[in-house]
Amino acid sequence: MIHVTKSVTVMKPRAEVFQFWRQLERLPSFMIHLQSVTAVSGKRSHWVAKAPAGTTVEWDADIVAERAGDLLSWRSVDGSEIRNEGSVRFKDAPADRGTEVMVELSYDAPAGAAGKVIAKWFGEEPGQQLTDDLRRFKQVMETGEVVLSDGSLQGTGEGATAERAAQPAGVRA
Amino acid sequence: MKANCWMGKKSVEVVDVPEPKILNARDAIVRITSTAICGSDLHLYNGFIPSMKKGDILGHEFMGEVMEVGPGVKNLKAGDRVVVPFTIACGNCWHCAHDMWSLCENSNPNAALAETLMGHAASGAFGYSHMTGGFAGGQAEFARVPFADVGPLKVDRALSDEQVLFLSDILPTGYMAAEMCDIKPGDTIAVWGCGPVGLFAIKSAFLLGAERVIAIDRFGYRLDMAREKCGAEPLNYEEVSNVPEALKELTGGRGPDACIDAVGLEAHGHGLSYSYDRTKQAVGLESDRPIALREAIMACGNGGVVSVIGVYGGLVDKFPIGSIMNRSLTIRSGQCHVHRYMKPLLERIMKGEIDPAMVITHRLPLADAAKGYDMFLHKEDNCEKVVLSAA
Repeated sequence: MIHVTKSVTVMKPRAEVFQFWRQLERLPSFMIHLQSVTAVSGKRSHWVAKAPAGTTVEWDADIVAERAGDLLSWRSVDGSEIRNEGSVRFKDAPADRGTEVMVELSYDAPAGAAGKVIAKWFGEEPGQQLTDDLRRFKQVMETGEVVLSDGSLQGTGEGATAERAAQPAGVRA
Repeated sequence: MKANCWMGKKSVEVVDVPEPKILNARDAIVRITSTAICGSDLHLYNGFIPSMKKGDILGHEFMGEVMEVGPGVKNLKAGDRVVVPFTIACGNCWHCAHDMWSLCENSNPNAALAETLMGHAASGAFGYSHMTGGFAGGQAEFARVPFADVGPLKVDRALSDEQVLFLSDILPTGYMAAEMCDIKPGDTIAVWGCGPVGLFAIKSAFLLGAERVIAIDRFGYRLDMAREKCGAEPLNYEEVSNVPEALKELTGGRGPDACIDAVGLEAHGHGLSYSYDRTKQAVGLESDRPIALREAIMACGNGGVVSVIGVYGGLVDKFPIGSIMNRSLTIRSGQCHVHRYMKPLLERIMKGEIDPAMVITHRLPLADAAKGYDMFLHKEDNCEKVVLSAA
C-alpha cells in the first residue's frame, strides 16, 4: 500500500483550478505515468496507465465525492487489478497567491505484476512522483504547457541522472 | 552548429552539435552574434558546481538575432535584435508577478534536484548545470530561448553588441549588488572582487549616490581598472595583514556602511583561514570557500548591509553569525532578477551614464573558447572579460 500527500500553490482562481482538474481527461498532461483518462458516464471514467516494457494497465474509477471548487474524490471500482483512490482539495491561498491544491493518493495491489508496476511508478521515494506531477500541473495552469529543456525533453521528473546532456537533440521530442 | 561544451573538469571544447528547435510554444530560436565568458562559468570549469554532464553547452551571456518564434510569441519576429537575460522566467507565477524573476516557479524542469540541495528551487538558467534546468547555453551559434515573450530585450541597431551584451547578466548583477546596499548620502561601500561584476557594482554604487567606494582585490591591473574606470579607492589585500582592520583605518574606525561580496565560492586569501578552507573544500568537507564573505561581515559597520552577489553553491564553515546578530547586520543576496533591470539600465547606457564595454579586455572567435577560459582563469595578459564572436 502506497499513500502519498503533496500540495502546490497555483496562481489562478480556485474555480478555474478546480475546473481543470474536474476534466479528468486532462490529467495525463501532467501525470506522467498516465496514458489516458476517458469519461464513460457522468461519474465513471476509464484509466489507462503506462507499465514497463510498453505495456499498459487499465481500470475504471468512480467519482465518489464532489463539491465544486472545493473537493474531488475518486476510487477505482471493485475488482480492479490496481486498487487506488485519490482526492484533491482546493483552498484559497492567502492574499494574491492563488489556490492551494492538496492531493492525496493511495495505491494498492497484490504481489505480482501489478505490484511491480506501482513500484516502478513511485520508485524509492513515493512522494517525489506526485511532487513532480504537481509541478507540471502548475506549469500547465500558469504557463500553458509543461516546460521542457534540452536536458529534460519530457519535462520535470526524469531526474538529473536520467537527463541527457544540455544540447539540442536534433529531433523533436 | 558549433557550440562550446563542458567536457569535464578544466576541459571545454567547441564541437559540432545539432541546431536547436522550438520545443515549447513560447520559445524563440536566436542566432547568436556575441556571447561572453562569465566569472561564474569558471566555477563550472573548475568543477565546483554539481550536476554538470559531459556535452552540456555552456554560456549564459548572449545576444543575437531572432530566427524563428513559436506560436505563443507575439512580441518578437524573425530579424529582431535581442539581448537574452541569463535567468529564465515565465512571467506568470507569483514571483515573476512580484518582480523576483530569478525565483520563477515554473522555468526549472529540474527543480526537484535543486530542492534537495537548497530546500527550495530557484529559476532555470542557460548553460548552468542540470540543477538550473539542463538548458543548453549561449556559447554557440544558435540557442533556444524559452519564454521568449517575457525575457529578451529588443535593442536598436545603433547600439553595438559590446554596449548592450552585458545587460544579459553582469551589468544588472553588479547593479543589483549595489542596490541591495540601500545607499544613503555619505555612504562608503566596500567591494570585494574587481572582476566585471565588482566593477559594475562600484560604478552602480556611485550612480546610486555613494560618497566613496573601496575596491579590494589582489591583482594590480584589476585594482587599476577599479580606480581609473570606476573611481574607486583600491585596497590590495596582499599588502595588508588584515582587511577589516585596514577598512576601519580608511573609514574613521566606523567600517564601511555596506559591503559587497563580488567574489563567491572560490575566494583566495592568505594565512591560516585560507589554508583551512582550501583543504576542507579539496576533501569535500566544505563546498564553498567563504573568505571574502567572512571578511565582508567582520568589516561591515554596525547596522550595515552585506550584499552577497558572488555565487555560492552549497555549504560554508565558520560563518560569523554572532557578528551579524549582535551588530544588527542585514545580509541581502540573490541571483540577479535580470528582467527587472534590463530596460532601466539600457536607458542609462543610452544616456551615457555607464559604458559596459569598459570591462572588455579580450575579443576572440567562438572557436577559441577554450583559450578564453584558460586565459580568464589564469588572469593571463591582464584578462578581465572575454567576449566571443559567434557571427
